[in-house]
Amino acid sequence: MDVVVIPDHRAPVVTHMVWYRNGSADDPRGKSGIAHFLEHLMFKGTQNHQQGEFSHLVSELGGQENAFTSYDFTAYFQRVAREHLGVMMEFEADRMTGLNLTDEVVAPEREVVMEERRMRTEADPAAQLDEALNAALFTHHSYGVPIIGWGHEIETLDRNDALAYYRRFYTPENAILVVAGDIETPEVEILARQTYGKIPARGEAPVRHRPREPEPRAERIVKLADAKVEQPQFERIYLVPSARTAEKGEAEALDVLAHHLGGGQTSLLFRRLVLERKIAVSAGAYYYADAVDESRFYVYALPAEGVSLDELERGLDDVLDELRRDGVSREDVDRAATRLVADAVYAQDNQTSLARWFGAALANGGTVEDVLGWSARIEAVTVDDVAKAVKWLQKRRAVSGFLLKDEAAA
Amino acid sequence: MNAPAQAVSRAERVQHVVSPGGISAWLVEDYAVPLVAMEFSFAGGAAQDPKGKAGSGALLAALLDEGAGELPAEAFHRALDDHAIRLSFSAERDEFYGHLQTLARHSDKAFELMALALNAPRFDAEPLERVRRQLNAVLKRESRDPDSMAAQAWRRAAWPNHPYARSSRGELGEIESVTRDDLVALRGKMLARDTLKVAAVGAIDAPTLARHLDALFAGLPEKAALAPVPHIDVQALGRRIVVDYDVPQANIRFGRPGIARRDPDYIPAMVVNHILGGGAFTSRLWQEVREKRGLTYSVYSSLATADHSPCFIGSTSTKNERAAESLSVIEAEFVRLAAEGPTADELEKAKKYIVGSYALRFDTSTKIAGHLLQLQREGFGADYLDRRNSEVEAVTLEDARRVAKRLIGDAKLLVAIVGRPEGVSEQSAA
Repeated sequence: MDVVVIPDHRAPVVTHMVWYRNGSADDPRGKSGIAHFLEHLMFKGTQNHQQGEFSHLVSELGGQENAFTSYDFTAYFQRVAREHLGVMMEFEADRMTGLNLTDEVVAPEREVVMEERRMRTEADPAAQLDEALNAALFTHHSYGVPIIGWGHEIETLDRNDALAYYRRFYTPENAILVVAGDIETPEVEILARQTYGKIPARGEAPVRHRPREPEPRAERIVKLADAKVEQPQFERIYLVPSARTAEKGEAEALDVLAHHLGGGQTSLLFRRLVLERKIAVSAGAYYYADAVDESRFYVYALPAEGVSLDELERGLDDVLDELRRDGVSREDVDRAATRLVADAVYAQDNQTSLARWFGAALANGGTVEDVLGWSARIEAVTVDDVAKAVKWLQKRRAVSGFLLKDEAAA
Repeated sequence: MNAPAQAVSRAERVQHVVSPGGISAWLVEDYAVPLVAMEFSFAGGAAQDPKGKAGSGALLAALLDEGAGELPAEAFHRALDDHAIRLSFSAERDEFYGHLQTLARHSDKAFELMALALNAPRFDAEPLERVRRQLNAVLKRESRDPDSMAAQAWRRAAWPNHPYARSSRGELGEIESVTRDDLVALRGKMLARDTLKVAAVGAIDAPTLARHLDALFAGLPEKAALAPVPHIDVQALGRRIVVDYDVPQANIRFGRPGIARRDPDYIPAMVVNHILGGGAFTSRLWQEVREKRGLTYSVYSSLATADHSPCFIGSTSTKNERAAESLSVIEAEFVRLAAEGPTADELEKAKKYIVGSYALRFDTSTKIAGHLLQLQREGFGADYLDRRNSEVEAVTLEDARRVAKRLIGDAKLLVAIVGRPEGVSEQSAA
């Protein structure tokens, strides 16, 4: 088990997180949603502690808790007064191997997850389009499957699926402990030995089997028309390297590019489409660097009244053409870097954000040094690096999505 | 600020800063992180939106940083960006807020830009039309979002012909009619020194803050000219509204009158709410609706301290086929809590949570500033920071039972449902 300690003595509280290096992208074929479903079931009690005991204890101690599942990791956390860290570690270590599941608790929880899916996706055309875009972008890799799973497969998940997945991945070798807050490393080490240290090692960490996405060749277009759409939207996702798969400096250049192209009101997309041509009400770009395998670069725009999505897409392509033709200036790069590096300073104000940053980096195969060196690497990005990064933004690497009002059904 | 209450007083870390121009603020000086956070508010908020012009406050909030002084919108944003300054404004139901976060080394620039935004906003035609279109896009999206639709149906039935019936983000069709003159007038009436509250946290000392306070606020009018907002109780208790919408889940919003923040029963009411539906993972609603029956992903209740109509509201969403069951389980929990009150064990655990979790509000500069601002708005002194937990601890079982009865009363709820709930029909107010 890897251990990261982030001292922050401003408040007498700690954030305790355990990360597992497995997420929805590790769901077995046909069992989509099992990583997320297991995350829910981890609150159902163990051989030593009955259902609800841990949650009631956290609550009684004035703590907060939750868990989250992503493509590449699953994490559990509590925020408590510093003196309760030991007992949190005791309970968290207990459920690393002692989970006790009965059909009586599994069945209603599967209904809860189905309701979660209904709430997040089934009533929201924009969320449905996002699912379709990802499914089209990743033709082979399981990033194309929603984290929560496909509804028809969630319905079939049972206790045995959950336990099989649990036994495969919930091991000390696969876990990362992150503690941020009013504490120092030696104390965490002692507590960790007394709790997680007692769990027998399995010998080696589980291996993730991730098929690589083939080199994309065909531009793809996905359209969703629904009577519930009042505000149409255009979006496009490109398949690009992640911080893990990128060449040295490439992910940082993509970070700078995303900020220059679509980070807020001074970005190129916003200026061209919203301020100057007035064909969009908003526009922006994001880059998801944190992934084990090849990742996503996302651009979007919302059309102004009376502007078709086709016209908006042409406008967006004009901006990308301009970027390819004229490149970026040193000033553009410096501006973006200033903002990105400042975000890292702002993150220092929040122990939970810091814990998440380190946890995600380690879960994805990075190191503490990678995180600590991020600002310096961003500041080292050159104009040429960004120009090279722009080359990833080719239509053959992308899926374009159109969210439209279904006029016939309305 | 942050050491355990029993060891070091939180209140003692709060400095009361008064500028030469008479502007006062609460300050917690802390140099651990090179940042400064400031939160401030003026009374009024979206409840001051003129009739037929809902969204005026939201527009005003969005436009203050869209050009000020000599700087047109783009130049203003560029200046913020180049210094990585996070500045924004928002119009909530009863107050108009400002939020600032800056790196300590750019704090002079940050206060200078914020002073411009507050004192010399340009309200140029281009950003006004652009921001109006942006807000409209948000409202359009919300107009088809089941959760927003349920909130709207509930609001309109709870507070008919009252400013609270409108969304603080504005209403489609009304935001079009807000003019530049309206915004100038609203700013003149609402952004005034007499209702101003300010809290700052971080790497700044009192004399420096005092100097900035004058530049920021001393030029504003002395007195606000707010339109009176009448008190109104939540109406239509017992009524059930069903808004037909083709979605697989029924989105259910429920509520009744609550308890005002300065009411002596507020603290016991907070405890009662925690037991009924406030506590994630532990509350009765969570246990009965989610854990035992798998009816929903989310169910909660909360005390909303609206200035002119405190209310006790909650929400859930559940598949249409089981909406009737969800609703009856929720209603039964209201009835049971009013009749029997909480158990001694529930009371103890709720108090422990509320006392223990107070520390979690003090772990980031922005959260601390936000809480210090809230206390000022509610009329508390800084001493409340040290007093609050003992007030929670003092709640007795008798208090909790009495207040559960007062809060829940006859357990009649105003319910708004969006979806196609099976076996649930409209019902008029009792």
